[in-house]
Amino acid sequence: MTQLALVIDLNVCVGCHACVTSCKEWNTSGSAGFLVDENPYDKDPTGTFFNRVQTFEVGEYPNTETVHFPKSCLHCEDPPCVPVCPTGASYKREQDGIVLVDYDKCIGCRYCSWACPYGMREIDEKQKVMKKCTLCVDRIYDESLPESERKPACVLACPTNARLFGDVHDSESEVSVAIREQGGYTLMPEWGTKPANHYLPRRRNRKYIHDDELVRADNPLKKEQRGPSAPVDEPTLDDSTSW
Amino acid sequence: MNPAFSVIFLTTLIGVGQGMFLAMFTGQSYSALELLPLQNGAGFYGAGSFIALAFLVAGLVASFFHLGRPERAWRSAAQWRTSWLSREVLALPALMGLVFVYALMHYLGWDILLFSSRAGARLQLTLVVGVLGMLMTFVLFVCTGMIYAGIKFLQEWASPLTVVNYILLGTASGFTLSTAFASVSAPELMRFYGIWTLIITLFAFCSRGLSLLRNARIKAKSTIQTAIGIRHSKIEQKSMGFMAGAMTTRDFFHHQTQWFLKNVKWVFLVLTFPLPMLLLWIGMENESTYLLLAAFIVQYLGLIAERWFFFAQANHPQNLYYQTVS
Repeated sequence: MTQLALVIDLNVCVGCHACVTSCKEWNTSGSAGFLVDENPYDKDPTGTFFNRVQTFEVGEYPNTETVHFPKSCLHCEDPPCVPVCPTGASYKREQDGIVLVDYDKCIGCRYCSWACPYGMREIDEKQKVMKKCTLCVDRIYDESLPESERKPACVLACPTNARLFGDVHDSESEVSVAIREQGGYTLMPEWGTKPANHYLPRRRNRKYIHDDELVRADNPLKKEQRGPSAPVDEPTLDDSTSW
Repeated sequence: MNPAFSVIFLTTLIGVGQGMFLAMFTGQSYSALELLPLQNGAGFYGAGSFIALAFLVAGLVASFFHLGRPERAWRSAAQWRTSWLSREVLALPALMGLVFVYALMHYLGWDILLFSSRAGARLQLTLVVGVLGMLMTFVLFVCTGMIYAGIKFLQEWASPLTVVNYILLGTASGFTLSTAFASVSAPELMRFYGIWTLIITLFAFCSRGLSLLRNARIKAKSTIQTAIGIRHSKIEQKSMGFMAGAMTTRDFFHHQTQWFLKNVKWVFLVLTFPLPMLLLWIGMENESTYLLLAAFIVQYLGLIAERWFFFAQANHPQNLYYQTVS
């Protein structure tokens, strides 16, 4: 079974918000209608976004590190927001594991937003229905686009390639290999939601230099009284046999 | 959570309706066993159940204000297999139907004696409808309670005490109203309802008190470390990523000070439990309908504060992601 997901590399993300703006741009222009954005250039702006980039400071001055943390729906394999929906508007697609909302069935009761521990669902205050990241479902299967562009808008926009997209159930896919080899992890594992999206941790490349590497030492073989043998003139066994 | 008044009114109003219906049914069952004098069906059980029905209807009306798309509300009956909200949506009209039939049968005197024992116990048809209504009342209480108790990461709610509180608080308020109602239309039952109200209110105080004690010592399972998956004891959010408003910053926090929250707690503790009990006692001693009605109004105001606090106290883990604007 396929489970499409994003893998976000925190080691690479520079916090430029390009994924946020391209997500908003794509999803406000689609066939599902506008993504509400009230008073965008005025007092008290408010709107619905599927994707945010947050910034955290880890550690205490002077040993601090800034972590930019993009967050969107994690498309959980056991999504707590789906079974609580009274109308069946929230559902998880069998074929690719994307968690979606049917905007024509949603009654806007907000119960699914209570049932998401990650705060990834937002109500559209104009259409009065719950909206969330669709993994650009209206884009990734669009055969009128060249194949290289059949990816979520946020993935295409990322200038540092911090966002990978693929099937996390296929062990050999780019995303699975990245999770496996670079220590991919999920958020709030304590609730058993099994998020499909993974994060790759910050990694520092350190070079450990030991004292003996700083001091020029004699050839250790020489110390052990076992110097390299001198070159030989006669033919050796290697010259006459093929083993 | 940010308390929504539509949901506060929904849960408190249907609680009164359910409790009042339970009180009417209890009265009739006692009289069926000849423990209480049988009342005039139309004037007491009928009229009382119509009052209960009015509260259930008012609760249903309040619930529509919570919906973004109320015209699609009928769709919410679909997922009863998985969703407690959907189950509540089915149980509420079912109860309203049963209460209506029960009230109407009493009001028009449509009743048949199904069975009577030599000792004097009588099984009327209305009592059978009442039993069904009583069962549906508890189904509805459980559905309402489980809507909140079923969200495991809202740790303040995820406890059987939540369901018990809904049952006891709703029943207590309905019985308080029944005592005031009985003082007008069946004065000989006033004490019966009054004493039961005191007992149920006392039990409600115990279970609500227990849940307050439990919630005071909750240790949050989710932390900023598990939220972003970084192992460091000192992590601070520097920016939530936006300065504008969003649902995630509005709906999940009560936007009041801790001082306010603490005071609402004391207000509801006083208004829901000791004050109405005192008014009820004095009202019973003086047979004063006004005091008994005052007891109900005070308790209902207390329950509004209680429900506000219930929502405000629940701390949603998503707030870990939305702590600092910039």
